[in-house]
Amino acid sequence: MTNRTPLYEEHVADGGKLVDFAGWEMPINYGSQIDEHNNVRNDAGMFDVSHMTVVDLTGERTREFLRYLLANNVDRLKDSGKALYSCMLNEDGGVIDDLIVYFLSDDFFRMVVNAGTREKDIAWLEKQAPAFGVSVTERPELAMIAVQGPNARDKALPLLSDAVRPAAAGLKPFFGVFDGDWFIARTGYTGEDGFEIVLPADAAATFWQQLRAAGVRPTGLGARDTLRLEAGMNLYGSDMDESISPLEAALGWTVAWEPAERDFIGRTALERQREAGTTQKLVGLLLVDKGVLRNHQKVVTDGEADGEITSGSFSPTLQRAIAFARVPKSTGDTCQVDVRGKLLNARVVKPPFVRNGEAQIEL
Amino acid sequence: MSNVPVELKYAKTHEWARSNDDGSVTIGISDNAQDQLGDMVFIELPEVGQSVSAAEACAVVESVKAASDVYAPIAGEVLEVNEGLADSPESVNSDAYGEGWLFRLQPADAGEMAGLMDGDAYETFLASEAH
Repeated sequence: MTNRTPLYEEHVADGGKLVDFAGWEMPINYGSQIDEHNNVRNDAGMFDVSHMTVVDLTGERTREFLRYLLANNVDRLKDSGKALYSCMLNEDGGVIDDLIVYFLSDDFFRMVVNAGTREKDIAWLEKQAPAFGVSVTERPELAMIAVQGPNARDKALPLLSDAVRPAAAGLKPFFGVFDGDWFIARTGYTGEDGFEIVLPADAAATFWQQLRAAGVRPTGLGARDTLRLEAGMNLYGSDMDESISPLEAALGWTVAWEPAERDFIGRTALERQREAGTTQKLVGLLLVDKGVLRNHQKVVTDGEADGEITSGSFSPTLQRAIAFARVPKSTGDTCQVDVRGKLLNARVVKPPFVRNGEAQIEL
Repeated sequence: MSNVPVELKYAKTHEWARSNDDGSVTIGISDNAQDQLGDMVFIELPEVGQSVSAAEACAVVESVKAASDVYAPIAGEVLEVNEGLADSPESVNSDAYGEGWLFRLQPADAGEMAGLMDGDAYETFLASEAH
């Protein structure tokens, strides 16, 4: 039994090619993934991300709870509306999920977690929250639309309520603002400017139609994946999971070690790993030879062990194959990838590959 | 609705084959196949002069989504490959039966063409695969 978002009818009307994604019937593209990708880099596209899980956390000790729950430190959130990206770890330091948490008030934080991890995330939250008297409330009655691209904000702002428009227009990156049941945040997963808008399910189709009329093009999950890969953003389940720590997933920057006395789940294991030293790292690859990099291809290095591509694709912006790969720590500037039985040459590069429409690496 | 020209022959693996006046046979992938695979980004073609047997994987079409083998519908020797695809693999999407052809064969046995599906049979085959 697959789930459908409140925008299912719109996807059908827009000619979306629907596929099963984590139990949801979602559009992979509406014709051409590459055109949709380029349109987000050059103009504005919209994504239905209603399959993602919005969870509200309430209670007097919510901040204290999150300080313990997350590897990043919610004490970095001082202004209402500010968002933080973090991993939620198990006791072994493995990543249960990566998520965005918004600070709204000291007794109210909102979290957005992945669709594919919904059940285990909720179970984990419900296991940890009672000790802090925090209530965990899923919000399945809410839809979510990401509007992304250099023209995304200009095209979306006129469609917001008069009351919220000035605040929405003035949002700094990684901030959000409420408008009744609506929540407008200047966040995204594409490496472009834009909004992620949480809104009541029964308002979603109308808003989608208004965005389309304003010239915002429906964009499928296929383009969402190539956009985030170019932007150097990890995908849960591909680039990290419960067997991988943030230190092995290029997410060390999201672990707040200070203050040292802050106890968070997974801290002890991570500290042990930091002291012993990790044996592998997640890097970016740019294929020098002709071909396409794909998930799970073997990476051959000068080092003692092989690596593996965790996310690989063709980059429409760079017109080259790019990837994230987990490789031995000793890996230098070059490697080879086993592409369908042939060893092709690749360069090891530091993501992001593309930001705000511009290549960030030398080709 | 897929575009299935009636004058062509088709394999169950979604290649098409066109008999040319000089006795050679041009091979490509069907419009249905390109539509399923999505935007093409890289095409690997056989070598000119290479002998291929029927149902042998002899080319690869890579879309942004996935890599997919192309099987020779009939046996023969490769006479020519579509060099233009190196720069514009998207021709396979926009014109699967024309600009997007893959390679041309000299058939080992012209009679093998009779073993392929005609347009009607391929349409029926597509309808059955959809269920």
